Amino acid sequence: MKLDTSGFESTAPLFGASSELRDGFSNAPSFDLPVTADFDEFQKEAKATLKHAKGTTTLAFIFKEGVMVAADSRASMGGYISSQSVKKIIEINPYMLGTMAGGAADCQFWHRNLGIKCRLHELANKRRISVTGASKLLANILYSYRGMGLSVGTMIAGWDETGPGLYYVDSEGGRLKGTRFSVGSGSPYAYGVLDSGYQFDMSVDEAAELARRAIYHATFRDAASGGVASVYYVGPNGWKKLSGDDVGELHYKYYPVMPSTVEQEMVEVAGQ
Amino acid sequence: MSISEYNGSALVAMVGKNCFAIASDRRLGVQLQTIATDFQRIYKIHDRLLVGLAGLATDAQTLYQRLVFRHKLYQLREERDMKPETFASLVSALLYEKRFGPYFCQPVIAGLSDEDKPFICTMDSIGAKELAKDFVVAGTASESLYGACEAMFKPDMEPEELFETVSQALLASVDRDCLSGWGGHVYIVTPTEIKERILKGRMD
Repeated sequence: MKLDTSGFESTAPLFGASSELRDGFSNAPSFDLPVTADFDEFQKEAKATLKHAKGTTTLAFIFKEGVMVAADSRASMGGYISSQSVKKIIEINPYMLGTMAGGAADCQFWHRNLGIKCRLHELANKRRISVTGASKLLANILYSYRGMGLSVGTMIAGWDETGPGLYYVDSEGGRLKGTRFSVGSGSPYAYGVLDSGYQFDMSVDEAAELARRAIYHATFRDAASGGVASVYYVGPNGWKKLSGDDVGELHYKYYPVMPSTVEQEMVEVAGQ
Repeated sequence: MSISEYNGSALVAMVGKNCFAIASDRRLGVQLQTIATDFQRIYKIHDRLLVGLAGLATDAQTLYQRLVFRHKLYQLREERDMKPETFASLVSALLYEKRFGPYFCQPVIAGLSDEDKPFICTMDSIGAKELAKDFVVAGTASESLYGACEAMFKPDMEPEELFETVSQALLASVDRDCLSGWGGHVYIVTPTEIKERILKGRMD
């Protein structure tokens, strides 16, 4: 049994057998479904065995000069930290970035898939795809898999003919246009910093510092976020990685004096 | 998530030559949210006896107060401090009292005997004692701590080397655990003094 998603493709021909060559290019990739009477129950069991990189902090915002995108780099499995050096900002093409929250494999695969589709659009139309178009391509695919256990929470940020663009797309089928987003378990903390420090008229340096601080504060409070705070900037000439700071060092840069007060209250109860 | 992983903790005790070290992390969290980074989970019972309580913080504090209470009664009646072995039996008894509704704590007990012989021991939440000659660990980072201690422990270390070893083991272990870390707290106990040090660590 195969899932046919060709109906969701605006460019897909009405008739025509799927060929080896075309698979995964003009069509959305199709996957074999498990042969089972109760798909939902099977899915529930299968999901429990898959390891997800659940904890994350990612953010992106539009400002005067373009879009700033930042993320932490921790991958965790339950309480265990499986990696401190994950690339959560995915480079789709020189003008577009995607962020990764939720399932690592799901995000990586579908961003790569999106990259292919964007390049194909470029070759067919002799101009780059808009951020609006790219995000819609991804949202439509994710919607076609809705309820089948995909876990993706992403932001598509880039620069196109209309200027800076930013969309939030998730595996529930949601797609939102906006100027400020944060996704992941650390997002409430990142929003706190972002909302209090955000101004549209920021310089690139100011915006980068705001993004870095927001990620740092999220890694401090959120146990599932940490590692390195990477900051990317997308401007009229494409994206550029501005910094990648180890959060372990960033803390002592932001708060150099460590008050070494030991809480004595519990000791006093003992009458010592 | 398990209730004993609700707050997050890392605890380790190690034996040296006529001395011992006990160390913990400094985080108090509510699941993934970090509430405090100056939390105490190692308590002093008397000058040569310390107890660390990993697990649910509210139970740890209650249990600690009961332990202090029982130790004070012992001091009044016997006019001396408890031996570490005796204290371990007391903790075990108090825990087993709650066999069917336990304190969600894993204690680590470390003390020096009257002959300056170090004693370390841990137990589960219902009081099954586990004595060790080298090191004991507890908390959400216990698996990583086992690995680090197994690799770094040497018998008969002097206090300064013991401090270095236990600190390195603790900091390395909490870097692989989401729920513990945010600095460390180390006590080195020798026959003459207790040295207390606070470790800087990764704050993520």
